Amino acid sequence: MNETLGGAPAPLFRRIALQGGYEALTMIRNGEQLILAIVLPLLALVGLTVTPLLDGLGGSRVDVAVPGILALCAMSTGFTGQGISTGFDRRYGVLRFLSTTPLGRTGLIAGKILAVLAVLALQVLVIGSVAAILGWQPNPAGLLPGLVLLVMGGAAFTALGLLVAGTVRPEATLAITNLLWILLGALGGIVIPAERLPGPAQHVVHFLPSGALGEALRDALLHGGVNTPAVLVLLLWAALAGAAATRWFKWN
Amino acid sequence: MQSPQSTVLSIDGLVKDVGPLPALDGKMLRVVGGLSLVAERGKVTALLGANGAGKTTTIECAQGLQKRTGGTISLLGQDPDAADAGLRSRVGVMLQDGGLPPSARPIPLLRHIAGMYRDPWALDELIQRLGIDTFSRTSVRRLSGGQKQRLALAAALVGRPEALFLDEPSAGLDPQSRNIVFELITELRSAGMGIILTTHLMDDAQRLADYVYIIDAGRNVAEGTVAQLLQRNVSPDPSQPHIRTLLFEARPGLDFTGVFPAGIDVRESRAGSYSVTGALSPEDLAALTAWWAARGIMPGSLSLEARSLEDVFLDISGRDIR
Repeated sequence: MNETLGGAPAPLFRRIALQGGYEALTMIRNGEQLILAIVLPLLALVGLTVTPLLDGLGGSRVDVAVPGILALCAMSTGFTGQGISTGFDRRYGVLRFLSTTPLGRTGLIAGKILAVLAVLALQVLVIGSVAAILGWQPNPAGLLPGLVLLVMGGAAFTALGLLVAGTVRPEATLAITNLLWILLGALGGIVIPAERLPGPAQHVVHFLPSGALGEALRDALLHGGVNTPAVLVLLLWAALAGAAATRWFKWN
Repeated sequence: MQSPQSTVLSIDGLVKDVGPLPALDGKMLRVVGGLSLVAERGKVTALLGANGAGKTTTIECAQGLQKRTGGTISLLGQDPDAADAGLRSRVGVMLQDGGLPPSARPIPLLRHIAGMYRDPWALDELIQRLGIDTFSRTSVRRLSGGQKQRLALAAALVGRPEALFLDEPSAGLDPQSRNIVFELITELRSAGMGIILTTHLMDDAQRLADYVYIIDAGRNVAEGTVAQLLQRNVSPDPSQPHIRTLLFEARPGLDFTGVFPAGIDVRESRAGSYSVTGALSPEDLAALTAWWAARGIMPGSLSLEARSLEDVFLDISGRDIR
């Protein structure tokens, strides 16, 4: 072989960007992930626009629906999507192998967060475009806070997804994250606001990451307001899940 | 002992406990108990041992994948537990289970990993050299064991490492892949790479290794070059002669009772294929040939062999299955 030995790492930013891009492409190319990330949220959006489920909540159907659908996207990509792919990568030793390359463990986690943000950006673009066609008119004052909330929600759900993926078998991760996606999607105050949920659920959802993100996004995009309690709940979930994932995540 | 610059890996008194384990009433299990080794540049160093001997745990501690309980490890002069990107870029790792994502295709995957290095190996050369171009359109999930191992080796080499870890490199290899991989390993050694491999196959160690550490139950039990190990007298009594094996073919069903003294083992491994193992003396050989002559037996083939590495290994670690 003509090569001399002795490697050097690519710059940190380049390594993280490469991993983020690679994982985002892998997620988008995966059929089931694409259904979860794009198709189901779009169906939910159309469904909520043509049915009277969200009538009488202080805005047009589409205006009330879109913030919840965007929150659902953050849950799809961060929790279910990243959870499942990380769970199987862990099973197949991919996490261990990549952590021996210059990417390392921190680079790998940073890449995963970047991938979630990239897919989330694509989801916002697709959902936003379809919503615009359906007549969505968000409150301009809420756009920037909404974007920040979405990133926070993505972080909280990714931390939760990694916590599940790093502690149980991938088959269990698959079951747990899909089941919770359905349960929280339907009853977690994410798409359907708390006041439209059955009695007992109303009191619980304020404390769930799904309910907090849904409420905070609706307050931002409908009224341009900041829902401080919901933001605090979301931050708490992100911090707790992040700390728990750091503490209990198993690499093999 | 060579100069520190020539050392890629030195492990001193490594201890690794795992657990607590419910099967041990919540106690810790000592997987590695005080293991030491040194691996040099331009050499293949083999860790040889049965499954569960602690080989993988040892090299995973050396790679920084597992935190050690005690002892010191120096990988290219640094502690692997505090490895930064600079150290990781100088070390190539091929894991036992490959560690490649099943949905990936070989070449985009290699290109992705190459991107983690500032000046990676010319991919075309590596791809062609390991024959990856012949299955470049197949996803990792559908590759054969040998193809997966070749791809995992390419992924470990793409950063042009100074130290290379290979965990059971010939697992699942067909004879062709095995030749490709073994030739490349030999060439990389000549180029100055320090190669550390684990194996439970004596043949791997015999073909590749410059220096062998035999590991059993998480401890060093013997070490040396292959030649040294083969000459090693395993008996604690140095006056004991070397163990040899005499192989011959003759008609089936012969009864050699009384031909050899006690301590010499005669077996008919297949019908008509005999092996005589023990501390054979010239008198033993004379007794055997006289016994043949008296019965008009002319063996079809006859050979006297030194012990194989496998015999050494089995003598040391015991013949019982555990």
